[in-house]
Amino acid sequence: MPTKPTTVLDARALDRTLRRMADQIIELNAGCENLVIVGIQRRGVQLAERIVRIIEAQEGVTVASGALDITLYRDDLQTVGPRPVVGATSLPWTLDDQRVVIVDDVLYTGRTIRAALDELADFGRPARIALAVLVDRGGRELPIHADIVGRRIDVASDQRVDVMIEELDGRDEVVVATRDEEG
Amino acid sequence: MPGPLGKDLLGLAPLSADQIRLVLDTAVPFREISERTIKKVPTLRGATIVNLFFEASTRTRISFEFAEKRLSADTVNVAAAGSSVSKGETLVDTARNLEAMKIDMVVIRHSASGAARFLAERIESNVINAGDGTNEHPTQGLLDMLTLRDRFGDLAGRKICIVGDVLHSRVARSNIWGLTKLGAEVAVCGPRSLLPNAIEEMGVTVFDRIEQAIEWADALNVLRLQLERMQAGYIPSLREYNRVFGVTSARLEQAPRDLLILHPGPMNRGVEIDSDVADGPHSVILDQVTNGVAVRMAVLYLLAGGKPELAEAAKKGNA
Repeated sequence: MPTKPTTVLDARALDRTLRRMADQIIELNAGCENLVIVGIQRRGVQLAERIVRIIEAQEGVTVASGALDITLYRDDLQTVGPRPVVGATSLPWTLDDQRVVIVDDVLYTGRTIRAALDELADFGRPARIALAVLVDRGGRELPIHADIVGRRIDVASDQRVDVMIEELDGRDEVVVATRDEEG
Repeated sequence: MPGPLGKDLLGLAPLSADQIRLVLDTAVPFREISERTIKKVPTLRGATIVNLFFEASTRTRISFEFAEKRLSADTVNVAAAGSSVSKGETLVDTARNLEAMKIDMVVIRHSASGAARFLAERIESNVINAGDGTNEHPTQGLLDMLTLRDRFGDLAGRKICIVGDVLHSRVARSNIWGLTKLGAEVAVCGPRSLLPNAIEEMGVTVFDRIEQAIEWADALNVLRLQLERMQAGYIPSLREYNRVFGVTSARLEQAPRDLLILHPGPMNRGVEIDSDVADGPHSVILDQVTNGVAVRMAVLYLLAGGKPELAEAAKKGNA
């Protein structure tokens, strides 16, 4: 039975959450030195950009950031039907000995992060890779966990978490909705 | 399950404008892979691709091979010379034998028009046409279009003139099909002996004088003048061809705007194009080569279809 989507985070709560995540990233890395923040396409990229702006405003430093598209590293390319759209990857920094923080919107099975780790390894050998996600919805299929979590929610497998952000969707909101056929 | 381009890429004539745009859009992110320290992604791991070249080719074969290797496919190169083709084996027998060794894709270059289609209808593997006779060379057409799009943005309304031996050119045909589908205006210019009869029916304008073409166009795609054409009597001499149809800086200076200069290679410097034009500021000839690898990666990616029977099982697990 389709139910009405429930709002988990509204615009103000989302902003507060990102600010807290930015603080935690600085804490985790004991400062901003050698920090590289990498957003995963698509919405992780915009969330990463916002976190970078918060850190830069707060600490008065410039933070290296990039975008990662993991499509070509997916483990289901041999089985998915229509070819998924490939987005842009932009990592103009060396990752060797850097402290990388991956930013994504929703952590679910962990397969995206597995692909991201493989892809990052092809770019260099960071000193450390951490994971920061806006929402952790559980349901892992791989031994992967997030170091920094904006909001942890229990979501049934027939439901989906939609993260909407101003830049792409016209508004900031996180909702839980019934999954129709979205996979 | 056929991919967004179907099973094969045989030409640009059978593709829709949306399919062409999809290839061009997909090629853009693939360019970045060739800039990485490790120029490789695991996308086609486990796929075996045979490059079946019955005709000489350096650029296209190497470009396909780079594209395949950068997607982690396993590749085998078969050249006509030194294979059982030289012992008289037919095209279909060669391909069926290769298929019996469990391959996934064939990239074919052949001197006979229609060879790629002939093969595609007879084998299960995906077939990519890397040039068949005077018919089509779709990946060249796509890389030309990507190069033009990089500079022009939208191609609609842009004026592209193809200069030279249009009669024998599969590059010209793929360009005409592709460019007109994306709304560009296309013209051809060359000696009448080297323009196909009724070329106007493909929706192109014909210029008899290179000066007219230069005045009209936003970009010139200068074709290689195959030197054999002179012996065959299509043109009086290479020197005369250069004098009448050569793209020279003196001629380009007369143009009302800066023209983009494309050439599919290999160039005959001093015949169809002068060196100072080929190496000049408006030449995008090397961009074409770079884009060639990206376009071929995009085509390989889009054709390498998922297995439908496994798709259902996978659907349950993945978000």
